[in-house]
Amino acid sequence: MHLVPPGQEWIKIYNLEHSSATSAYFFPRPCMQCDNPPCVNVCPVGASYKRSDGIVLIDQELCIGCRFCMAACPYSARYFNWGEPPHTELELSQPYSVETNIPHRRGVVEKCVFCPALTRQGQIPACGAACPQGAIYFGDEHEDAVTNSLGETYRLSEMLDSGAAHRHLEELGTEPRVWYLPPRTLSANDSDGFQG
Amino acid sequence: MILMVSKDKKGRVMSTRAVNNTMHQASAGTALSEHEYALLKPVMEWGRGTYLVLAICSTVGIFGLYAYATQLREGLVVTGMRDQVSWGLYITNFVFFIGISHVGALLSSILRLTGAKWRYPITRMAEAITFAALLFGALMPLLDLGRPERIANLISHGRLQSPILWDILSITTYLVGSSIFLYLPLIPDLALMRDKLVNVPGWRRWLYRVLAMGWKARPEQHERLEHSMNTMAVLILPIAIMVHTVVSWIFAMTLRPGWNSTIFGPYFVAGALASGAASVVLAMAVFRRMYHLETYITPLHFRNMAALVLVLDLVYLYFNLAEYATAAYKMELGERALLMELFTGRLAPVFWFTQVVGLIVPAILLMLPSIGMLARARTVPWLRPIPLGAGGAVLAVAALGASRFLPAQNSNIATYLLWAGIAGAGLFALSLLPRLQARPVACAVIASGLIVLQAWLKRYIIVVPVLQHPYLSSHEPALGIGLYQPTWVEWGITAGAMAGFVMVYFLFSRLFPIVSVWETEQRESIQEIPVPVRHAHTPAAASPEV
Repeated sequence: MHLVPPGQEWIKIYNLEHSSATSAYFFPRPCMQCDNPPCVNVCPVGASYKRSDGIVLIDQELCIGCRFCMAACPYSARYFNWGEPPHTELELSQPYSVETNIPHRRGVVEKCVFCPALTRQGQIPACGAACPQGAIYFGDEHEDAVTNSLGETYRLSEMLDSGAAHRHLEELGTEPRVWYLPPRTLSANDSDGFQG
Repeated sequence: MILMVSKDKKGRVMSTRAVNNTMHQASAGTALSEHEYALLKPVMEWGRGTYLVLAICSTVGIFGLYAYATQLREGLVVTGMRDQVSWGLYITNFVFFIGISHVGALLSSILRLTGAKWRYPITRMAEAITFAALLFGALMPLLDLGRPERIANLISHGRLQSPILWDILSITTYLVGSSIFLYLPLIPDLALMRDKLVNVPGWRRWLYRVLAMGWKARPEQHERLEHSMNTMAVLILPIAIMVHTVVSWIFAMTLRPGWNSTIFGPYFVAGALASGAASVVLAMAVFRRMYHLETYITPLHFRNMAALVLVLDLVYLYFNLAEYATAAYKMELGERALLMELFTGRLAPVFWFTQVVGLIVPAILLMLPSIGMLARARTVPWLRPIPLGAGGAVLAVAALGASRFLPAQNSNIATYLLWAGIAGAGLFALSLLPRLQARPVACAVIASGLIVLQAWLKRYIIVVPVLQHPYLSSHEPALGIGLYQPTWVEWGITAGAMAGFVMVYFLFSRLFPIVSVWETEQRESIQEIPVPVRHAHTPAAASPEV
């Protein structure tokens, strides 16, 4: 979909565990599209910017490749094209768009973009659409609705209230726009510490 | 300025060689006093050694250019940097050079404002370090860019909210300011060279004439010069402090464990001042030896500089304690892996080298000449270096051998032997102390060398390990991608920059007198200036031993 160059993982799946006594779980990390984005704050040329719809994008035609944003991102969500990325005809045939980062180019930073081209057509981003378990929900906060690949739609506010949802490293004040729900086996009612 | 052939104004009889050379100059229509001749000789006579130094430096510099050409062609993929550790040697060098550059402001400004008269022979070599170090320091982030051809975006699209813009503004301001500061006291000497150096190539006579700006040494010119220099001395100080503060803020303005620290500004400024002052001691030693400046750069200068370096070294040590002890006590989750790597892990040798060999040992060396007890220790036979030194060396060799050859299951024994070896080596070093005490200049130079080495290594372990320990990895750490191993391109560019720095500095000393001629002229004798440092039972105060 994104024709991501090898070595980059726009959504990276970590295998984490809370402690050695609990089972491991998968932790997918897209770009968090922070509302207080450290990467945007430090960019010297305004190549990284936050759109009014909440998405953080990088203008690869402006980026000077200083990689300050990579140093600033606590989620390590950003990747750099250290050499000339291998190209395909499909990729090169498309006009450059800041919404897709395609065609990929050397010496600039890229990352997960939340697929604005797809959401504009009413679809959910590629990662959510591809998830066979329907584990990834996407939606508009103001519509208060999120949808997964199985077509299940929930109220965002209810999910956040009842599901002990948290945002990763939210104590850093980055105001990420990605929420994580605890594993279903570890529901909010079972664990005393997680009362929403 | 006055014709003096057989005796200089201090009434000393000149050496035969100097007389001959002075006669030679005189026959060409100009005359130099012994004082002027002594300081202008490196400018007038470029021996074979000069060209040799320039040739070596340019060779290394050209290799650095070749490495950069490779990087331009292939992209940053030829470096060891990857998504996890996305800054490496270039940023290390950047912080190192900017740190070294602080010496100019320190010596010229603080010593000028406090009226320390002993500064005159060393201010120019300090300011020239500032100039050369800033040139290469400012270059480093540019070499680090993935898209250097878009450098103009920093002007056309620059965002003042970004610490990089703060760096650009403060470094360019500091470069301009310190160039002016270097240039102003050079004017009378430029005029001297314009008037008296007739045998140098035409382009240099043109250079001196243009740069001298019609200096005639008139009283009102002197007055204006003094006024400008005082103004610059006041202006340059806050600029210098801000430069290194915003350099540190590149790191401290991020949320990374290890960089996310409130004391980074003063911590970096202290480190910069220590490494800068230490580098000027090295420059003093080199120029004294190379240009035979023993009359101008005396043990007094080394002693005063040693006191300055000692204070700055201890201040920096204090900041290190403040930075690491507070984090180490709490062992917060985010910082734990980083701290453990520094304290006991892969980078522990480098970390403890910077703390012990790079800061504590220099402090001992710098204090050494003032410790009276040691002089008595010299008379005790068994404390002499040979028995103790031999014992220590044997221990060290035994321990090294043991740690290498003992099988892995006996690693306990190996550890004990290693510690014994360290103790032996320590004893050996201890037995050297009385020896070193008699040579305060050597102490100052060794200590300064260690501090400068420490400065570079410290910058490395501030930049790289933090990136190796993020909250989340960009890649699987198991694959080893998160580790950083600099490539030949980065080492080549680093070596090239160091060589370039040496070349610019050396060339400066061959084009302009590295010790100010006019500022050292009026002083009767440098030795007679009262010593501000209290000095214990040192017999070496007057001996120019190195």
